[in-house]
Amino acid sequence: MDILLQQIINGLTTGSVYAVVALGYTMVYGVIQLINFAHGEVVMIGAMVAFSIITSLAGSGLPPLVIVLAGVLAAIPACMTMGYLLERVAYRPLRHAPRLAPLITAIGMSIVLQHLALLAWGRNPLAFPQIIDNRVFGIGGAAISSVQIAIILLSLTMMAGLSWFVYRTRFGIAIRATAENVHVAGLMGVNADRVIAVTFIIGAGLGAVAGVMYGSYYGIAHYTMGFSLGLKAFSAAVLGGIGNIAGAMVGGILLGLVEALGTGYVGEFTDLCHWPIAHGWLSAQCADGGNFVLFGSNYQDVFAFLMLILVLVFRPSGLLGERVSERA
Amino acid sequence: MNTVLLEASGIGKRFGGVQALKDVSLTIKSGEIYGLIGPNGAGKTTLFNVFTGLYPRDCGEVQFAGAALDLASPHAVAAAGIARTFQNIRLFANMTALENVMVGRHVRTRAGVFSAILRTRAERTEEAAIRRRAEELLHYVGIADRADDLARQLSYGDQRRLEIARALATDPKLLALDEPAAGMNATETTALRSLIEGLRRDGLTVLLIEHDVKLVMGLCDRVAVLDYGEKIAEDVPEAVRANPKVIEAYLGASAA
Repeated sequence: MDILLQQIINGLTTGSVYAVVALGYTMVYGVIQLINFAHGEVVMIGAMVAFSIITSLAGSGLPPLVIVLAGVLAAIPACMTMGYLLERVAYRPLRHAPRLAPLITAIGMSIVLQHLALLAWGRNPLAFPQIIDNRVFGIGGAAISSVQIAIILLSLTMMAGLSWFVYRTRFGIAIRATAENVHVAGLMGVNADRVIAVTFIIGAGLGAVAGVMYGSYYGIAHYTMGFSLGLKAFSAAVLGGIGNIAGAMVGGILLGLVEALGTGYVGEFTDLCHWPIAHGWLSAQCADGGNFVLFGSNYQDVFAFLMLILVLVFRPSGLLGERVSERA
Repeated sequence: MNTVLLEASGIGKRFGGVQALKDVSLTIKSGEIYGLIGPNGAGKTTLFNVFTGLYPRDCGEVQFAGAALDLASPHAVAAAGIARTFQNIRLFANMTALENVMVGRHVRTRAGVFSAILRTRAERTEEAAIRRRAEELLHYVGIADRADDLARQLSYGDQRRLEIARALATDPKLLALDEPAAGMNATETTALRSLIEGLRRDGLTVLLIEHDVKLVMGLCDRVAVLDYGEKIAEDVPEAVRANPKVIEAYLGASAA
C-alpha cells in the first residue's frame, strides 16, 4: 500500500471539511472582526440533528441516499437558525462594546451550546447507522471510499458556490464592502445589520453540512466534537489569513494534508531504531525488526497547532492575508 | 434665481470643551457650486459630517429639498439625496473600481439574498442595469479603462475620481466634496476642475470644501467662510475675497 498517496487522500478529505468550517470563522471575522468561537458547536449540532433524523429513518425502508439527504436538509435550517440567533442575541448587543466582550461571550456561547447538546442527546456518542454501502476503490496502491469522494466533491462544490456568491453577486459586493468599511458601506445604502446576519447564517449553513460530513467520515457524532474540530478549522482560517475567503479554503486543505502526512510518518521518523544511535539496550530493543517509537499517530492533533504556532511566529497575517495595520 | 435645495439654520456642535460649530446657518441653491472655506480647524469637515449624518448635532435644523432632513443615520441621509466624498479617501480598496461604484447603487436598489442565489429574472435585469450605470459613471469621471483594477491600484487622482463616481451612483441631489484637490498636482487639479464644472452643467448641486482658495474662487457661485466654528462671510467669490473679516481670518489681524 502506498502510504504517501493514502495519507494525501485522507488529508484531502479532512482538509476539505476543515476548509468549509473555516469559511464560517473567516467570513464572520471579515465583517465584524469577531472570532465566533461558538461556530464549532454549531457544526456539532448540525451533525447531531442529522444523525438523529438519519437514525430515526434508518428502518423506514426509504432509499439510503434520501435518508441522508433528509438529515442534511434538517440540519441546515437548524444551524442557520442557530447562527442567526447567536448573532442576534449574543453578539449584536455587544457590537460597539470593547472587542474582548464579544470574544468572551463567544466562548460562553460555545459552552452553553455544548451543554444544551449534552442535555438533548446525552453523553454517549451517536453512531452513524450503516445504511450506506461504503464502496472502496483502489487507485495507485491506495484506497478511496465513496464517502471520501462525496466529502471532497461536496466541499469543493460548496466552496465554489460561496466564492461565486461573494465575488459575483450584488449581495456579495455588499458583504465585501461591509468587511472593508462598515461606515462607508452604510453611506452607500448597505444595511450592515442585514449583511452581518446573512454572514452568520451562511457560515452556519456551511457548518451544518460540514458537521454531517465529518460525523459520517468518522462514523460518530458527539457533543464535544465541535471543540477540536472548531479549533482546527479556526487554525486553518488563521493559517490562510483570517478574514480571507480563499485563505480559509487553502488553509483548511493544507492543514488536513499536514495533519494526515504528519500522522502517517511521525512514527517512522521518530523510531529510534532508524537513527544511527543504536547501541546497548536500544540494539536489543530493535533486534528482530522491533522498534522504539518516540511519537506515535496518537499525536495527530499536535500537527494542526504546531502549524498554527509556526504561522503566527513567521507570518502572523497568514499565508494569503495582507499585512494590514489596525483599522482606524 | 434658483430654488433653495438645502437650508441649515442654527447648527451647533461641541466636542467636550471645544465649540466646533456655533450657530451656523447657510442656504445652498439648486444647481450652484457652493464653496466652504476657512483656516484649518475652522469646522468645515465637522459641518460636513453633521450634514451627512456621521456626527449627531447638538442643535439646529436642516431642510433639504423641501423637507426636514433626517440626520439620524448616514443611510437616511444618502437616501434623501446627499452623497459625499472624504478628505482622506475611503474607497473599498480590495474591490474593483466597478464594484466600488456598484455598491453606491445600494441606496436606490434592494439586493436580496434569495434573489441573488436563485438568479431570478428581475435580479439579473437589475444587476445588469446597475453594472451598466456603474460603467457609465466610470466613463463620466474618465476612468472607464480602469474598471477592473482594484481601487488600491489606482493613482491618487483616479482614486479621487472613483470616489466621486461612487458618490454619484447614489443619485444625489447634492454632492458634497471634502477637499477633492488635496494632494493633487496642478494637472490633476485642472482635470478635477473641469469634472466639477461638468457636474454643474449636468444640473447637480455641489458643496465644495477646499483648501485651494484659487480653485474655490474660480469655480464656485457662492462661498461661505468659517472661522472658529462661525460663519463670517457668505457671498459671491469677489465680495468674499474683499471682505476684511475674511482677510483677517486668513492672514491675521495685522494684515487687515
